Amino acid sequence: MIRRTLLLVLIAGSMFAQVSFERILNAAKEPQNWLTYSGGVQSQRHTGLTQITPDNVKNLEQQWVFQARSLEKFEATPLVVDGVMYTVQAPNDIVALDAVSGRVYWVYAYIPSPAARPCCGMINRGLAILGDTLFMGTVDAHLIAVNAKSGRPIWDAKVANAESGYALTHAPLVVKDKVIVGTAGGEYGIRGFIAAYDVKTGKEAWRFYTIPGPGEPGNQTWAGDSWKTGGGSVWVTGSYDPELNLTYWGIGNPGPDWNGDSRPGDNLYSDSVVALDPDTGKLKWYYQFSPHDEFDYDSVQVPVLAEMQWKGSQRKVMMWANRNGMFYVIDRTSGEFLQGKPFAKVNWLTGFDEKGRPMRAPGKTPSTEGTLIYPGNQGATNWYSPSYSPRTGLFYIPTWENTSSIYFKSPVEYVEGRQYTGTFPRMTVSFRGNIQNQITEDEGYGAVHAMDPKTGERKWEFKMADVTESGILTTATDVLFVGGREGNFFALNARNGSMLWKAALGGIIANGTISYSVNGRQYIAVAAGNSLFTFALRQ
Amino acid sequence: MKVWTFALSAGVLLAQHSFTRADIEDGSRLYSNTCAACHGANGDRVSGVDLMHGRFRRAATDDGVAAIIQKGIPGTAMPPHALTDFQAGSIVAYLRSVAAEAGSVSGTGDVARGKAIFEGKGACQTCHSVRNSGSLVGPDLTDIGAIRRAPQLERSLLDPDGEILAQNRTYRVVTREGTVITGRLLNHDVFTIQLMDAQGPRSFQKANLKESGFVEKSPMPSYQGKLSAQELADLVSYLVSLKGIQTQ
Amino acid sequence: MTKCVLAFVSLTGLLFAQGGRGPVNREAPVTNVPFERILKANQEPQNWLSYSGGTMSQRHSALTQITPANAKDLTLKWVFQSRSLDKHEVTPLVVDGVMYTIQSPNDVIALDAATGKTIWTYFHKPAAGTVNPCCGNLSRGVAILGDKLFLASLDAQMIAINAKTGKELWKTQAADYKQQYSFTVAPLVVKDKVITGVAGGEHGIRGFIAAYDVNTGNEVWRFNTVPGPGEAGYDTWLGKDGKPNDSYLHGGAPIWVTGSYDPDTNLTMWGTGNAGPDWNGDARLGDNLYSSSVVALDADTGKLKWHYQFSPHNEFDWDATQVPVLADIQYQGRPRKVMLWANRNGMFYVLDRTSGQFLLGKPFTKVNWATGFDEKGRPMAAPGIVPTKEGTLVYPGNQGGTNWYNPSFSPATGLFYIPAWENSSSTYVKGEEPPEFHEGQSFTGTFPRGGSANENEFSSIIAMDPNTGERKWTFRLSAPSTEGGILTTASNVLFGGGRDGQFVALDARDGKLLFETNLGPSVSAGPMSYQVGGKQYISIQAGNSLYTFALR
Repeated sequence: MIRRTLLLVLIAGSMFAQVSFERILNAAKEPQNWLTYSGGVQSQRHTGLTQITPDNVKNLEQQWVFQARSLEKFEATPLVVDGVMYTVQAPNDIVALDAVSGRVYWVYAYIPSPAARPCCGMINRGLAILGDTLFMGTVDAHLIAVNAKSGRPIWDAKVANAESGYALTHAPLVVKDKVIVGTAGGEYGIRGFIAAYDVKTGKEAWRFYTIPGPGEPGNQTWAGDSWKTGGGSVWVTGSYDPELNLTYWGIGNPGPDWNGDSRPGDNLYSDSVVALDPDTGKLKWYYQFSPHDEFDYDSVQVPVLAEMQWKGSQRKVMMWANRNGMFYVIDRTSGEFLQGKPFAKVNWLTGFDEKGRPMRAPGKTPSTEGTLIYPGNQGATNWYSPSYSPRTGLFYIPTWENTSSIYFKSPVEYVEGRQYTGTFPRMTVSFRGNIQNQITEDEGYGAVHAMDPKTGERKWEFKMADVTESGILTTATDVLFVGGREGNFFALNARNGSMLWKAALGGIIANGTISYSVNGRQYIAVAAGNSLFTFALRQ
Repeated sequence: MKVWTFALSAGVLLAQHSFTRADIEDGSRLYSNTCAACHGANGDRVSGVDLMHGRFRRAATDDGVAAIIQKGIPGTAMPPHALTDFQAGSIVAYLRSVAAEAGSVSGTGDVARGKAIFEGKGACQTCHSVRNSGSLVGPDLTDIGAIRRAPQLERSLLDPDGEILAQNRTYRVVTREGTVITGRLLNHDVFTIQLMDAQGPRSFQKANLKESGFVEKSPMPSYQGKLSAQELADLVSYLVSLKGIQTQ
Repeated sequence: MTKCVLAFVSLTGLLFAQGGRGPVNREAPVTNVPFERILKANQEPQNWLSYSGGTMSQRHSALTQITPANAKDLTLKWVFQSRSLDKHEVTPLVVDGVMYTIQSPNDVIALDAATGKTIWTYFHKPAAGTVNPCCGNLSRGVAILGDKLFLASLDAQMIAINAKTGKELWKTQAADYKQQYSFTVAPLVVKDKVITGVAGGEHGIRGFIAAYDVNTGNEVWRFNTVPGPGEAGYDTWLGKDGKPNDSYLHGGAPIWVTGSYDPDTNLTMWGTGNAGPDWNGDARLGDNLYSSSVVALDADTGKLKWHYQFSPHNEFDWDATQVPVLADIQYQGRPRKVMLWANRNGMFYVLDRTSGQFLLGKPFTKVNWATGFDEKGRPMAAPGIVPTKEGTLVYPGNQGGTNWYNPSFSPATGLFYIPAWENSSSTYVKGEEPPEFHEGQSFTGTFPRGGSANENEFSSIIAMDPNTGERKWTFRLSAPSTEGGILTTASNVLFGGGRDGQFVALDARDGKLLFETNLGPSVSAGPMSYQVGGKQYISIQAGNSLYTFALR
């Protein structure tokens, strides 16, 4: 019989300090920690740690492994606070580990309702922390607050109805005294929303519907009652600009996914970015990437914020590589479209008009006989976290190059809680990934594309054989970490894309790499398959 | 390569997923192992049900069919099956693909004569193996009759380039020393290639190769005009009879 | 973490496959493995041709690249992650650059041994309803002969697979899985036969060992580990009236680790499991042969040559399912063909493997059930140490002083290495009546309670001198218990692990720690070593991943 063993390596537990919002805003000043999903409210997924360099990265060595007791994709980005790592074992178990040894402190096991059935796996992408409270959205659409020291739950708020297809899969975002989440379920005819909850009580503070109702601006972009089942899901974490006091979120596809005949119009705010006042949830501006989408091009990407010289003047911008294959630069103060350029093979548009609205290529819509569209249904990128390095000035995109789908149009009817999509497009590349990969470059391949945001031009490309679902991390020493579906994990030179180091981890890499430091030693953590691997330089 | 043009109707479990041809082939194997014992290879052995022509007694949608595969029907002979959503979905995708693939073969054949053609005039064993006899270069055909139906097999014999599954693609490498090795691609990633030639599986580091790449055309010859209609029917009958290894 | 010297920078060029400085092009043609190669496995240490690394089952590698001096430079080379959360206890095989391993319960995977890339996958889904509730849905490995792999499946089939293609060649239903007969062992190939034994000791099976023709799958012989009427030993299964009863029909004595083979005597030796029901022997009085024994069978006929019973009439679940380790050593001053055995009952044994003669028996961990051995080597039971209504404290506990965890013998050090549970105990309780047998249900008696709370329980790797039965050294693992097997190498490096994912390299001579890492869940398998492209690798299963290490 198995004896339960309590291995209490209490090095870090006592060092735990409260994570004030001040600390989160200034996350860059404590690069030893990883305090939010994207490493900071600007979501650059860039670490200030410098111990690992292009010269010594070849000396990286595996330190410990955590194997999740789950075969769902491991999409969670961990948090690290003062030597303690918090991650999620899919679907919704929070695990606290000693970040040095990988020994488990505690597990908070949450059993979701059987009604939970997110489209794309019973997964979770991570946590938020404030004070000593962790926040997790669950696949059955609850938001849970858990004590970060003890792993005991504090409050449990039902955000939406899992029976109707709602789910929470992304890591929440804390802004001041609120924790913000959005709902997944875009394949079930939901009406998406973003909502803020009081961190202490779990009481809803505001709610912003991503599909405007009657009387609200934008409702006219939906015909009849189609707004009620319009999708507009949210399933990756947004960003926050403290100076503008705006929080930015990417919105998913309109429903039904592949047949827009019942919803003529632009279908706001599907496939858009929205800028909200985090105190009230009021819309400040929006930009729609894919009006009246019938290709499932969710705009659920992480909004990456940066300050840069733009055509001669300092500007607050937002960079966005969209599932639709286009790389955008937007003024995040006003939402003004500054630039849009393809970063992968695209055939659905011919360009943009003056206001930044895409001009559609003729005939590129789903049809009875099938229409070939680039990029394919999984997009040229997807929810995979990009990275921006202020040092190189480059924006790095996990890319599916050359993929395509054939889109069919067929009638579709709404039944509550059931899938509401239309006919499945036919893909060149398997959605789930195969153990053995036999695809050709023409059918699609994975890559890192390094883009110069000032020109929208590609500076370099790093090719993989299979596609990638991995996020990207850059460091202040110009090392870039990324993985692929083939199970290889790479360190690249962020300046030119040359490979510096690799590790064969034996499973799909479908999360974003992070870096942290304990006792002066820098670590790199990445999930592959059902395991979380941690690396550091040899001592 | 021809595009596989069946349209899987809406509502299978996995939005944002779609089934590739390889997934559907997995579905056909699952069907043979899980369903065929009761429903028969053609899906019509249970009265009132014709799985391969979209006739179900209790399910209207693909969702429903997949749910029945997983949960069974209490009080009937239909048991639950411990399959994932994706596996159940791939069985449904297989059934739909068969329905969409309506067609018939040109004639009726004789298994024994077909076997003789396979091993003799057709020289199929030059590339293929059945029950461990023959070559490893091409796909093993021991259970081909369990995963393909006669019209598909006939088409493959007449038009081998028509559809080559990803797992049957040919790949060619040239080593630094100039040795050329051609085989069926098993797997490849950024650094390595695994392929199957007549000797068995081989693995290569790309860094040590002069060249490597896919070979577009199928190495299989077309039997159009090389076999008579009767011989073709015999060969197809033999292939259909290959249902895999049975337990002793 | 071990401190490492950065003296290997010159080797790092090898890491950059795209840098063009890689090793000589490496191909992995699958070659035939005639039985001759298996017998002489130590002459090709680059391969690992059978479960225990050779028919003598010493789990000892002749490879010498990794040494006590450089073991600190071990680094993770690749990982194979199973898409299964079932328990994994596999030792892979490696043949000329191709590795064959198991994705639990019964998928066989061929991998490129240098990179971990998948070459093919053979899927076997055990028949619906097949479970191994006692100990996990798994297989501990495959056997190879010629170009065939042999899988003994959970649903009691012997399956032959083409090693090149992963295609099935034949399948034989060996027993009825509905009656909870199952296979979990890696089979053993002897000449033209593949031998396996059946698990299910907690479900009232009647154990057997059987040999199948490698070409046809036909059963060639079968040896019942529980003798029936007319067979020798039947009179050790008695009712209260002192006469043989039908308890033999459900007497257990399962087989769930791989045996060994001695070509000199043409004997194959197998350890048998506990008698059933496990914890109440009142309806099976007598010694209950051949439970908790080692049996030596003629490999051609399956006829019993000799046996030795470690735990007669056992009521403590002390399977003798350990790997029989064969060695030719100087014993008490003269060369002798011995068998070394650390038993679940806490005793370390040396037997003469040609005759079964008992040479030595000594406790290797805390033991209170025996006071010693009589002249013939039969243990003398300590009075009162039997399950009772009120409960009896017994050392070692139900999981034993060791279990199926692979031991190792190193001809280099002359030492025998044991993965041990130290100071473990259980409280055995007996109900009023022996349990009744119901087909397919568990047939055990009362599950033992925990043992003494005041003990300093821990797990360790013990180095034992076979000549004296004395410990030479002990390495204490960090977890209180271990399921990790042991590998030794000709360069005196020892590998082992614990239930907390700790994986260690020790100096086999003195137990000094050389290298350590944390692989996550339990290291619940035996390590093995092989070489490809001039590089020595060490592979170990932990949780559902297979980790492969080599020097930087």
